[in-house]
Amino acid sequence: MIIKYVIGFVASVVLTLAAYVSVEYGLSSGAALLAVVAVLAIMQAIVQLYFFLHLGEEAKPRVRFLTFSFMTLILVIIVGGSLWIMHNLNYNMMQMTPNEKEYYMTTQRDKGF
Amino acid sequence: MKERGSLGFWLYLMTDCMLFASLFAVFAVLRTATADGPTANELFELPMVLGETLILLTSSFTCGVGVLLLRRKQLVPAVSLLIITYLLGIAFLVIELTEFTSIIDKGFDWGTSAFLSSFFVLVGTHGLHIFIGLLWLLILIALLVRQGITDNLLKKAGLFALFWHFLDLVWIFIFTFVYLLGVAA
Repeated sequence: MIIKYVIGFVASVVLTLAAYVSVEYGLSSGAALLAVVAVLAIMQAIVQLYFFLHLGEEAKPRVRFLTFSFMTLILVIIVGGSLWIMHNLNYNMMQMTPNEKEYYMTTQRDKGF
Repeated sequence: MKERGSLGFWLYLMTDCMLFASLFAVFAVLRTATADGPTANELFELPMVLGETLILLTSSFTCGVGVLLLRRKQLVPAVSLLIITYLLGIAFLVIELTEFTSIIDKGFDWGTSAFLSSFFVLVGTHGLHIFIGLLWLLILIALLVRQGITDNLLKKAGLFALFWHFLDLVWIFIFTFVYLLGVAA
């Protein structure tokens, strides 16, 4: 059982240092860096949930896993929804001529918004 | 590990996650609203924050192993590990408060900009959880020393470990999305 904590601890330290190094030494930038660091954080969250919080070890019915999934859903809606709505709001508050706005909206529509 | 006995506490942790989710959402929306004040890049010192992160990770580890040893009825090594956890938690809080005061010494605070308001609320709420956790741990250690290992205390220690691991998990997201990406962007 102790070995689980050791594995979880070592994996967490490695993932933390990997994220730190990729930012501090600028291994990439912009969207690529965002993706790398976000994936490292999610990997570390999974490591800690499994090795420290023992999620996934419970017997059926998996009430903990169920409530955790529901929490994740709410989390995605709150964070993702806020960013989406506020982005749109910023757009509507922009100082643009109608022509510029038309152009912006068309390019956004082409991106799938 | 007794799962059923701690379901209520698990539900509390999930609602706490939702609280942090809304604070993260506020921060994500306001992180660029610096109102001519300092940006994340100008304020944060990553090496110090990395130190904080490693300290909290280590304390999570010592706490987990400590509670495991407690279940194996090894009182002295278990309590020693819990005391190390406590000291590491204190070190984490001291570094965090040092960072807060250094920002205030530079002449900025939570009133400077929406970015700093959301930063202080998010990181401060986590720090408050750590502070309460440390009070809880202190009481737990005192009870263990006085009463030895009882079923009741084993259960309390299990709940505390859950709480402490959870705070570690929340900090990983603060470290990544507030500090690392704040400096990178």
